[in-house]
Amino acid sequence: MPIYLDHNATTPLDPRVLQAMLPWLEGTHGNPSSVHQFGRAAHAAIETARRQVAALVNAETAQVIFTGGGTEADNLALKGVCRGKPGSLLVSAIEHAAVQGPADALAKLGWQVQHIVVDAHGCLRLDALDRALGDEVRLVSVMFANNETGAIQPVADVAARAHARGALVHCDAIQAPGRVPLDFAALGVDLLSLSAHKLNGPRGVGALIVSRHLQLAPLVEGGGQEHGLRGGTENLAGIVGFGCAAALAREEQPARAVQLRALRDRFESGLHAFPDIRVFAADAERLPNTSQIGVEGFDGEAVVMELDRRGIAVSSGSACHSASGRPSHVLLAMGLDEATARSAVRVSFGRENTEADVDAILAALRQILKSWREHARAVAW
Amino acid sequence: MKQNVIYLDYAATTPVDPRVAEKMAACLTTDGIFANPSSMHAPGRAARALVEQARGQVAALINATPPEIVWTSGATESDNLAIKGTLRFHKDRGRHFITSRIEHKAVLDTGKQLEREGYEVTYLKPDADGLIQPDAVAAALRDDTVLVSLMHVNNEIGTANDIVGIARAAHARGALVHVDAAQSAGKLLIDVKAMDIDLLSLSGHKVYGPKGIGALFVRRQPRVNLEPMVHGGQHESGMRSGTLATHQIVGMGEAYRIAREELAEETPKLAALRERLWQALHREIPDALLNGHATQRVAGILNVSFPGIEGESLLFGCVGLAVSSGSACSAASAEPSYVLRALGRDDELAGASLRFSLGRFSTAADVDGAARIVIAEYRRLHALAAAD
Repeated sequence: MPIYLDHNATTPLDPRVLQAMLPWLEGTHGNPSSVHQFGRAAHAAIETARRQVAALVNAETAQVIFTGGGTEADNLALKGVCRGKPGSLLVSAIEHAAVQGPADALAKLGWQVQHIVVDAHGCLRLDALDRALGDEVRLVSVMFANNETGAIQPVADVAARAHARGALVHCDAIQAPGRVPLDFAALGVDLLSLSAHKLNGPRGVGALIVSRHLQLAPLVEGGGQEHGLRGGTENLAGIVGFGCAAALAREEQPARAVQLRALRDRFESGLHAFPDIRVFAADAERLPNTSQIGVEGFDGEAVVMELDRRGIAVSSGSACHSASGRPSHVLLAMGLDEATARSAVRVSFGRENTEADVDAILAALRQILKSWREHARAVAW
Repeated sequence: MKQNVIYLDYAATTPVDPRVAEKMAACLTTDGIFANPSSMHAPGRAARALVEQARGQVAALINATPPEIVWTSGATESDNLAIKGTLRFHKDRGRHFITSRIEHKAVLDTGKQLEREGYEVTYLKPDADGLIQPDAVAAALRDDTVLVSLMHVNNEIGTANDIVGIARAAHARGALVHVDAAQSAGKLLIDVKAMDIDLLSLSGHKVYGPKGIGALFVRRQPRVNLEPMVHGGQHESGMRSGTLATHQIVGMGEAYRIAREELAEETPKLAALRERLWQALHREIPDALLNGHATQRVAGILNVSFPGIEGESLLFGCVGLAVSSGSACSAASAEPSYVLRALGRDDELAGASLRFSLGRFSTAADVDGAARIVIAEYRRLHALAAAD
């Protein structure tokens, strides 16, 4: 069985979550909108999950809007706020495609989209934010932690500064839950995107946490579900699974962080033996499970393929980006040159990983680089 | 837990077929195919292969090619994407949209949103049998009509529109045709090529698949263009971004494979059960009225109005029976069905109506039990009304 070290792309379902979902997959269940007892039972299960997701991020139950995933939550946040007469929208330069995509779509509708730069450690520059904030700015969107480098962003500072200038704040926090503490109320943002499948829940379900005072426009209309903000019959088993995964993530987050950090530290300590491998954003506060490395002189994509051949699954960056062939926009934003950006390999650990997995990828990297170097020398001779 | 309750609400949602649940469970945990189908590594490629197999299974049921199937989170999203997507893409060509008064809320609410955005929407009135005739479509078409969106089968009364005639009329005037097939897929034959359909919405959970997955057929030849609703990682040829939910997709694929295999066998069985239910009700309650065309319809849906009683009491009085008074998506509102009112039923009669919808696991005993419960409750309410 391959060694899976790509948990920022997706995580396997926790067996306990599967057990919670199975009763809602098998047997007869109503449409949660139906008034008969089958429908009422389904509705109650969804409301339990809503409480669990709210508790995970210290939000109110009524603030949780279930969506078809993190990408849809990001789209709902940006397009739901940026309606009517076009104004200005600020997004960090290192956002995921799920934020960059709707920002580009809004730009086509006449919105002014500005990218806030990051420093060499991959963290948003607050001075640049201050300069960009103006009265016409409707929304600022900044992720909680970057999916490639794992660098944690100064979201609470962003929220305070944006609010002082009358702008709303959205935070894509998809990589955070279960790995680091996440507190919607304390962050002070207006909108927060979550995804179930990054916290050992199922794919196809996410949530947008929406502050009480906010009037959003829906993306998907029809049927009035989710306070009219998201039409369509609910993904019953998926939402139940999300709730269960959220409850587990909340309870186990401190222990998970310790476990993941130990694996990551073992990996990065092992990298000291590789003079031509660097860790990106190493000096930033990062997600405990993420290590994005650059292999000097080699193409990260080739390293990923070679590791894959040896049964180790990692990525060169975002899975959503993997077919594009372009170097990482995150690393370019950090001021790295294109060759360095192309050398990137992202290793992201998860709860089922062991020290043996860490040792296996270190050994594989050693072999790959050794054989490539020998090959390069032979060619040079 | 709910074993004593008879479930005849298959049009609201169907149970997941056990064969589907089994396939889904194999795509979730570390011992299964759990990776992100967009990942380039071997586990990602294995997930991608399953996604593409399922795409083929869904395409096969409607005689489409696999690249014409776009995964969504359900038929509501498919309807939104088809309608908003084409109208926004073609906004320079025209701003007129034709649909009907008896569409699902997924289409009607989308129409209302388009009206707020400055589009003009024509809501066709059905005939007394609940059908939208091709002639009515032809009469409403204009040079600036971009899209005609009509359902194949109505979710409340089960009538089936003449899609071939509707498409012929629309195409004659250069309009695109979208069909909401949430209630017909797996129940009636659908051939997007023969029927000349441009866009078609499909649901997983109406066909014994999971909730939270659907698809939109988007014709490739000639190519139908639309503006996406969800932007991001360019999944699904850029038409719908977001990480693909392998287990959901695999579940829908398996559900559609089974539907294709069993459709011919299931249809007469459901038609016989439905007829048995109608005969039982009609025998004891001669006043009962059948809603919708008697023959141009899907096998599993029976909608009946019961004159002379208070409707809401009927639904809630039928203890032990799970049916509905209309669409589940309108269930929370106390308003009588807008579909039945559009057919000309008055408010009182529309309120005193029940939709029975039968499916794969329905039995003669279910039907007989349902008839018994409804007849007893009808008699009780009728006596109360008479005493008043």
